[in-house]
Amino acid sequence: MRATRHRRALAAVLALLALLLPLYAPTQWIYLCSLLAINVISTVGLNIVTGYTGLLSLGHGAFMGVGAYATGYFAIRLGLPFYLAIPLGGVVAAVLGLAFGLPSLRIRGLYLVIATLSAQFILNWVFNNWTEVTGGLNGLSLQPAAAFGVVFDSDARLYFLCAVPAIGLSLFAANLFRTRVGRAFIAIRERDRTAEVLGISLVRYKLAAFALGSFYAGIAGGLMAYFFRIVTPGQYQLDVSVFFLAAVVVGGMGSIAGSLLGAAFMTLLPEVLRLLLDVVGQFFALRAALILVPLRETVFGLLLILFLIYEPRGLIRLLRRVLDRRGAAPPPPLIASLSSKQTR
Amino acid sequence: MSGLQVFLEYTLAGIATGGVYTLVGLGFVLVFKASGVFNFAMGDMMMAGAYTFYLCAVVFDLHWAVALLIAVVFSCALAWLIERTVLRRMMGQPVIAVVMATFGIGFVLRGIAAIAFGSEAYQLPALLPRAPFFIGDIMLPGKSVRGFVLTTGLCGAIILFLRYSRAGIALRATAADQITAYAMGINVRRVFALTWMAAAAIGTVAGVIAASVTSLTPDLGTIGLNVLGVVILGGLNSVGGVIVAGLFIGWLEAMTAAYLPGDIREITPYIAVLAMLMIRPYGLFGTRPVERI
Repeated sequence: MRATRHRRALAAVLALLALLLPLYAPTQWIYLCSLLAINVISTVGLNIVTGYTGLLSLGHGAFMGVGAYATGYFAIRLGLPFYLAIPLGGVVAAVLGLAFGLPSLRIRGLYLVIATLSAQFILNWVFNNWTEVTGGLNGLSLQPAAAFGVVFDSDARLYFLCAVPAIGLSLFAANLFRTRVGRAFIAIRERDRTAEVLGISLVRYKLAAFALGSFYAGIAGGLMAYFFRIVTPGQYQLDVSVFFLAAVVVGGMGSIAGSLLGAAFMTLLPEVLRLLLDVVGQFFALRAALILVPLRETVFGLLLILFLIYEPRGLIRLLRRVLDRRGAAPPPPLIASLSSKQTR
Repeated sequence: MSGLQVFLEYTLAGIATGGVYTLVGLGFVLVFKASGVFNFAMGDMMMAGAYTFYLCAVVFDLHWAVALLIAVVFSCALAWLIERTVLRRMMGQPVIAVVMATFGIGFVLRGIAAIAFGSEAYQLPALLPRAPFFIGDIMLPGKSVRGFVLTTGLCGAIILFLRYSRAGIALRATAADQITAYAMGINVRRVFALTWMAAAAIGTVAGVIAASVTSLTPDLGTIGLNVLGVVILGGLNSVGGVIVAGLFIGWLEAMTAAYLPGDIREITPYIAVLAMLMIRPYGLFGTRPVERI
């Protein structure tokens, strides 16, 4: 109980700090923090699917794109305000996620990976070619979000627009895993046959987890649409899916706090790489602009591999280990399957 | 040109492309059969082999056969390294972790290629003569036809290897039952390493053929992802199925290119996969896994 109370206090303090931040931080930071808030939502969503339920999705980027395009469409064509357009975008992403996930989630095995990968490519093709709705290569341009006389056009206001849903959705996810549904997700990840014997409908809960993850992706995409005020096909390609997969693995599969860490790490990483290239570029004649993108891909891939081999439970586990050594916190309950040996 | 002639021309061209799919699919199935690993890096291994070939044949101006040999040896070494440093350490981990790792490997390979060579498209030397073939009035692109002959020969060699060679038998035994194979004295680890190297060698040849038909870019590896469709269609553990499915997907792509508007061709394999998952998830020739609980 004490641990829970501490964690609640910690979460409350963090949330308060997060909301006060724009009053004091420089603009560049606020920009990054807004991006971070969006990335947190998407990472938490993928963590629900991959980290908690043990299903691998490679189409997360495309589902964010669906959210972004749907939000843009609702806002521009139907004139809906952002507080309706974004949730509706999430719903559209969830429904499409279900459509792609349904056939493969009926059967056991890695078929969801392939179905989601197919979804990634097919949806990207649709973003490019369904010009009437998506605007093709030009994409969609949005007006700034506005409601009740407030226009979300400054950096600080945009930050609030992103941070409030990020905090809300993270708390929702954290609490989900105290409930019957959340426990069922974990049971499926641990050993799906056993879960089935215990009376958990595999298909229903897998679909629920996948739809929920896609919903989070859709919300993140909708916020991104308002954040950049433009939606183009290039924003939601396969590398985005890998970005969030890396965020989940680096932060810690099966941990909401881990998702925060992972999202923060992955949001800052490109900035750090850019700085590094600037420094190195002074000594060598590098075409920094050309190298940055493939360098990012390489580093994302390496992080994925290294964390999977050496610390499959991510930064959050490393952090807890450091804290434990000081005797500050009790050891967290072990999640069996992510660390123990398990046969196929 | 008559309608029938167009149909035949596209059909044959499609089947020729399908040859490359079949090869890459074989590399994929070999690894999956032996070690149960979904190798998402297959396409990028193929791309790495093709770049090595380019480096040897164009930059160092070697004879194409020598260059191909060096490329095959290099990519085998690379595959060995990958198997040794990543896959072996991940034995016993949950399947999704292993899959994510192979995906990471693919991204690393692609990123390194793009850093080293940039994203420009390179032309490979005229390994396969360009002169078109004629069957009656039907014209076929020369590169594709010769590429297809090459892939057919290689597929045949692989099947003979699997059926009759000592290593091939060890591989099939491991695929059938890992523990029994181990008990019978088969060095299972060596089999894993061998399959990875074989897949890399096949991938290199496929990569060189694919790149010489079109051009060489770091994105050549996406063919590897198209091939997933082939593998699902044929059945994950069926060598024969992959051959049929590879040709079929190649044909299907050519047909969509011929008769459907836009560039739906790009996503044909993925649509085929989703359709297949709905109808017959274990593929045309694959076997439904039997599980003991």
